[in-house]
Amino acid sequence: MNHYPLWKNLLIAAIIVIGIFYALPNLYGDDPAVQVSAGRQGTVDLALVSKVEAALKAESISYKRAELEDDRLMVRFADADTQLKAKDVLHNAIKGDYIIALNLAPTTPGWLAVFGAEPMNLGLDLRGGVHFLMEVDMDAAVKLSLNSYASELRTLLRDEKIRYKKIQVGTDSVIVGFRSVEHRDSAESIISSQYDQLEIESMEDGAIPSVTVKLTEVALRETRSLALQQNIVTLRNRINELGVAEPTVQQQGEGRIVVQLPGIQDTAQAKKILGATATLEFRLVDFEHDVKDALNGRVPANSKLFQRRDGRPILLSKRVMLTGEHIINAASTLDQNGSAAVSITLDGKGARAFSNITRDNIGNPMAVVFIESKSETREIDGVMVKVRRQIPEVINVATIRDQLSKKFQITGLDSTTEARDLALLLRAGALAAPIDIVEERTVGPSLGQDNIDQGFNSVMIGFVFVLIFMAIWYRVFGLVANLALAFNLVLIVALLSMLQATLTLPGIAGIVLTVGMAVDANVLIFERIREELRIGNSPQASINAGYEKAFSTIADANVTTLIAAVVLFGFGTGSIKGFAVTLIFGIATSMFTAIMGTRAVINLIYGHKNRPTLSI
Amino acid sequence: MQLLKEQTNFNFMGKRKIAALFSLILIVIAIASLVTQSLNFGIDFTGGTMIEVAYQEETDLNQIRNTLEQAGFENAIVQNFGSIHDVLIRLPVIESENMAELSNQVVATLQAEHSTPIDVRRAEFVGPQVGEELTEQGGLAMLYALIGILIYVSLRFEYRFAIGSVVALVHDVLITLGVFSLFQLEFDLTVLAAILAIIGYSLNDTIVVFDRIRETFLKVRKGSSEEIVNRALNDTLSRTLMTSITTLLVVISLFLFGGEVIHAFAIALILGIVVGTYSSIYIASNTVLAMGVSKADLIPVEKDNDQNINEDGSQV
Repeated sequence: MNHYPLWKNLLIAAIIVIGIFYALPNLYGDDPAVQVSAGRQGTVDLALVSKVEAALKAESISYKRAELEDDRLMVRFADADTQLKAKDVLHNAIKGDYIIALNLAPTTPGWLAVFGAEPMNLGLDLRGGVHFLMEVDMDAAVKLSLNSYASELRTLLRDEKIRYKKIQVGTDSVIVGFRSVEHRDSAESIISSQYDQLEIESMEDGAIPSVTVKLTEVALRETRSLALQQNIVTLRNRINELGVAEPTVQQQGEGRIVVQLPGIQDTAQAKKILGATATLEFRLVDFEHDVKDALNGRVPANSKLFQRRDGRPILLSKRVMLTGEHIINAASTLDQNGSAAVSITLDGKGARAFSNITRDNIGNPMAVVFIESKSETREIDGVMVKVRRQIPEVINVATIRDQLSKKFQITGLDSTTEARDLALLLRAGALAAPIDIVEERTVGPSLGQDNIDQGFNSVMIGFVFVLIFMAIWYRVFGLVANLALAFNLVLIVALLSMLQATLTLPGIAGIVLTVGMAVDANVLIFERIREELRIGNSPQASINAGYEKAFSTIADANVTTLIAAVVLFGFGTGSIKGFAVTLIFGIATSMFTAIMGTRAVINLIYGHKNRPTLSI
Repeated sequence: MQLLKEQTNFNFMGKRKIAALFSLILIVIAIASLVTQSLNFGIDFTGGTMIEVAYQEETDLNQIRNTLEQAGFENAIVQNFGSIHDVLIRLPVIESENMAELSNQVVATLQAEHSTPIDVRRAEFVGPQVGEELTEQGGLAMLYALIGILIYVSLRFEYRFAIGSVVALVHDVLITLGVFSLFQLEFDLTVLAAILAIIGYSLNDTIVVFDRIRETFLKVRKGSSEEIVNRALNDTLSRTLMTSITTLLVVISLFLFGGEVIHAFAIALILGIVVGTYSSIYIASNTVLAMGVSKADLIPVEKDNDQNINEDGSQV
């Protein structure tokens, strides 16, 4: 007699019920929605809800409902056209303080949502969107940090009245040359006592007694991780400015950042904004020296040669009055002549410094330098390498008429588009180190939909073929296996939904493969039962022996497949991971449904009979 | 219904020399092709740019090529993808101001020459550095999977079985790669995933057969090793074929209905399943036999449970 104890049957029933429950949300569709979340100033609260509702009513746009979720407001619409119209309306109504983005809101009914049941996430290849892998230029980050140490050292040596000849910043070190060995030795002891993040080594640079200052291993690591973290923050800010619903910005490895922007259409704009390194510097113009002399190689010690947009050279002071990091707000506007301008608001520290310098320099000219760093791919000795160039351009020279402080305007930009992009970049903050896009995968919305349809179809068709095949070959046992197979699919979907994993096209392929492999367990069992029957064992004993003997084989076979799947997951970049995840889940659930699930049903059908005729 | 009526009695191992020769020839061809013309690596591994665009009208590839050539994209490879409306454009890593923006430039160039809107179905860019890393990691992944399996099978069975299963795996992977090389089918990241899945699948088959060989060795008292392996292969034959057929059914459905993007993946799986089924019968068992496995190797060592015996054998 083959009976499962009551608890085992109940356990199986419970797992099936829970599985169906958590798989259910996937059957409900999505509503096109507009998502409003807090920007720089705004807060998402009930006041915003009524403001949004009023704006929509004023334009007589009908919406399904507006609901507050955590820190965002979702307004649902009946169709995509209304959604697009509403986005424009809201953009005009509450512009500036809020981020407005298109999104899809799942229509999971309340009785499911209460228990945390949600549909699974669709990957970018299914819903459309962009995936970027960005690499942070760590050499540049280190160089930046060395530059700031160099200027600190200048101040320190000056304060300590130690005469130095020169301070030179190299790729991984700062070299300081002194007038005498005594000066060098006292500088060495002062620097090493004040900076434990610097490594100091004395040497002779030609005949000049010098020291090489390097970052320690620990400081190098810190610099790198700080640059990475800061870049992630900046990228998040910039993406918010672009208005993307549910973006992902994540660290990958030691120097890379993954950015995923679902549903974005204009990738050119996204690339330009995300990778942009543009920032501003304000410098005083050196009008005491002649530009021509400088062009001939006689650049004054405290000045540096720059170029204007039209190519004319100009001499500017080496000292920077103000950098972009003190800018807390920037907006594109038009100046009194109607040409593009950016109005700028400084933070307290920046405003104080700026007002002091401008007060002392009323009547003198000041220049605004627009700095962009470009990376180019060049072939050097047969190898493709990236070359980075800093391109500083003087966009504007103006005489300081008044003491400037917190708010002012800069002009001299080419177009309103340039003004808008610059304002956006200044608002979102500069990157701590330049980044490069090293990988891009964009899937258009039409291909995304095709992928969903084709993926779904191929799973269904393959599935139906297997069902028919199994039913013909193993009759009642085949039908039981089919039942298990169907629940296997339900359980995979339920697991993916519960863990909020992301389903990708390769993930669907993984499910297809699992369907094929799940059958294998049943084939093994059923063939064993047939064998046992052939050698004359009783039906009940055959069923029992079939399951017992096949078990270790099934376990071995699945463990080895699991090894391959786990390796895939570990190796995983994006899409491959999706395949590995569904394969791993599929192996786990198929072990359960194909062995315990079918056994329970077979027991229910044949278990109570004394000598049943097995339909196998 | 039964696939094979009653018990079969094929003399698989009688043809083991022919099978070995056949596989050897296939492997030599595969290696020769891999060495001479390598694989047609996709941009996932080489780096570069790939753009799939859909036109509303039927496309004229020559015209598109000319347009791109005039805009300075001399190295562009242009071909139809799936239908006459879809075009796939590939660009290698070239000198440029900004590699990541090439795809946008290409689309803008094509759109400027065309009156109706062009739909960008997908755009992919992989930097040369990333491609190199993927190639390295992909090779490592395959190696790790093989080592992990080798260890597991050694623990569960015996070292000869472990070697047999790995020989079969290498055989399957080499032949699949060989077909991709011979016909210059594009080898991208999804194909690599398929090959790793094949490793898992082929092993699945091999393990089932090995399990039966071990069982038969322990059960059947008489008969040569060759006869015993034959018996085990016949016992599992119906299962081996059933599983291969059902798995093939779903993978063929993936090939036919899964869309163009997943074609190469499906082809690799179909190849792998066919070769894997063959190898678990002819190659894995063959290797085990060739290494002279016998009944004595498989009988579990009887453990001495008598705790009263000292190490030197004396009893107190």
